[in-house]
Amino acid sequence: MTQSHTKISQYPPGDFAIWIFIYAELLVFGIFFLSYAFARSQNVELFNESQLNLNRISGAINTLILITSSYFVVRAVAAIRENKSLLCARWLLAAIVLAGAFIGIKLFEFISIYSEGISLSTNTFYMFYLSMTFFHFMHVIMGMVILIAVMLKAKQGGYSNEDHTGVETGASYWHMVDLVWIILFPLVYVMR
Amino acid sequence: MQYQSQAVAKPYFIAAIGLFVGQIVFGAILGLQYVMGDFLFPEIPFNVARMVHTNLLIVWLLFGFMGAAYYMVPEETETELYSPKLALILFWVFLAAGVLTIIGYLAVPYATLAQITGNDLLPTMGREFLEQPTITKIGIVIVALGMLFNISMTVLKGRKTAIIMVLLLGLWGLAIFFLFSFYNPENLVLDKIFWWWVVHLWVEGVWELILGSILAFVLIKMTGVDREIIEKWLYVIIAMALISGIIGTGHHYFWIGTPEYWQWWGSIFSAIEPIPFFMMVIFAFNMVNKRKRDHPNKAAMLWAMGTPVMAFLGAGVWGFMHTLAPVNYYTHGTQITAAHGHMAFYGAYVMIVLAIISYAMPLLRGRAAGNSKKAQIVEMWSFWLMTVSMVFITLFLTGAGILQVWLQRINENPMGFMEVQDKIAIFYWMREVAGVIFLIGLIVYVTSFFIGGDEEEASS
Repeated sequence: MTQSHTKISQYPPGDFAIWIFIYAELLVFGIFFLSYAFARSQNVELFNESQLNLNRISGAINTLILITSSYFVVRAVAAIRENKSLLCARWLLAAIVLAGAFIGIKLFEFISIYSEGISLSTNTFYMFYLSMTFFHFMHVIMGMVILIAVMLKAKQGGYSNEDHTGVETGASYWHMVDLVWIILFPLVYVMR
Repeated sequence: MQYQSQAVAKPYFIAAIGLFVGQIVFGAILGLQYVMGDFLFPEIPFNVARMVHTNLLIVWLLFGFMGAAYYMVPEETETELYSPKLALILFWVFLAAGVLTIIGYLAVPYATLAQITGNDLLPTMGREFLEQPTITKIGIVIVALGMLFNISMTVLKGRKTAIIMVLLLGLWGLAIFFLFSFYNPENLVLDKIFWWWVVHLWVEGVWELILGSILAFVLIKMTGVDREIIEKWLYVIIAMALISGIIGTGHHYFWIGTPEYWQWWGSIFSAIEPIPFFMMVIFAFNMVNKRKRDHPNKAAMLWAMGTPVMAFLGAGVWGFMHTLAPVNYYTHGTQITAAHGHMAFYGAYVMIVLAIISYAMPLLRGRAAGNSKKAQIVEMWSFWLMTVSMVFITLFLTGAGILQVWLQRINENPMGFMEVQDKIAIFYWMREVAGVIFLIGLIVYVTSFFIGGDEEEASS
């Protein structure tokens, strides 16, 4: 890889507006996490007991899936920096497929929880578990939509090593989705 | 004025100001009734005065929004309005409906009004802020749909800017959410849930889009900053407003019989509702710092700068103060709410309408860029009189509210409601004084329209 294409890269990467958006999203989840910590401190036993009922295996698999998909997105950005549009689109497709797998596993988890008769009103732990995982779930879908849009444009050769802000924008958002999960999973599924 | 059809905005703005005066007169009456319970009784009972005060506010703001839309759309889309005639017809329909409704409130008892307007056929009356007879509500829908048709057709044939798309989204949302005022279920919990879909999703949802787009329009015109920069800010602001505002509806669902998780959802999401307002402050001041010209209409600039600041204080800070469920448990429905309501409505919506009027009216009256220096100075005096007195109204009501919460809800020996009202009367007196100063400020404002003098030259 030559260094010729690495102009002084702008920071933060991607569109400025997406960063305002990312910070806003992180703020919302941050408030959620703090609220969770506060609520848990009021009723540690209930939280610990309810937590045991969660499917940690599927959560762990989903963590691996999201981290891997983030890696694929990194490859996609690297590809477009070398002007390889099709390769970029393929890496993005791989990330999107993994995101789909995440959605599938998560739905399976929601359905099994639902069939146990658990709802937002069951107790405070489940209120947080369902709220936070569902909001994150919606963000995964949103991220998929963004990645699909970027992939389609990349496929048509809409980006180049000179101009690929769109790819970086999508990648930044996707890393945020990943980051939130990396905190959410241990916080809600594992830590006790 | 670049397009002939923008002229239809003028009657809308004039009606808005006229009804604004009515609103404040009734506000002053109402404020006095807090401390002199039988003032003007039985001619104007407290509940009627309150209804007139709040309904007039909503109606004149709607006039202002519509006027703003009719002014902005031709200029932004770079084409004449689809039908200026329709806009004028709708103006008279709306004015007649509004005035008749207010006369109805004042002339006959509310129950009689309900009877003669056929409320039993489709009962929608009797709910706070949605007191209008069903027939008036239908009129509002017709006027709103007619206006949306008119401006949507204009947008379809013209240039589509981000500002206009946001404005359209806001106005469509305004019309769509108003439809929930026709849904009036027997179940009180359901009734309240959907009542908030009008009330909250208006002022903490779609109205913010209208506010954002008007502010962006005025800033583009006055500062000459590139459209791309302003539009990017606008997108981010409305995204934040919607992310926080939609689920933020939950802060009204704490104690109405809804499931407990609303206390968390409502608290968490509404806690970030101040952010879009804070961003508006940063946005406005940044744009002014980057300005490429000094617009001669200093008064309009003052309103445009004042809007985000007062909106952030009134809607953002005063809203946050009592939005968390554990706090709201004590403050719900006290004078704290009234304090927040006054400054939020003034800061966010009154000031933005006055900003667009201040910017557009001189042009609508055939002036080059702004009113004469003399007229502007008077208008700026009215800005400070109204804004400062509103700050004091808010502070006095906050004082009243804190004392009320303490005496009535936190104290070991809580007092009854009316007993507490006597104890906090001093705050109500001070609020009334501030209210009268506000009224004086408004009179000064109206006067500024009649001051002549040499016009300001347009700058390039």
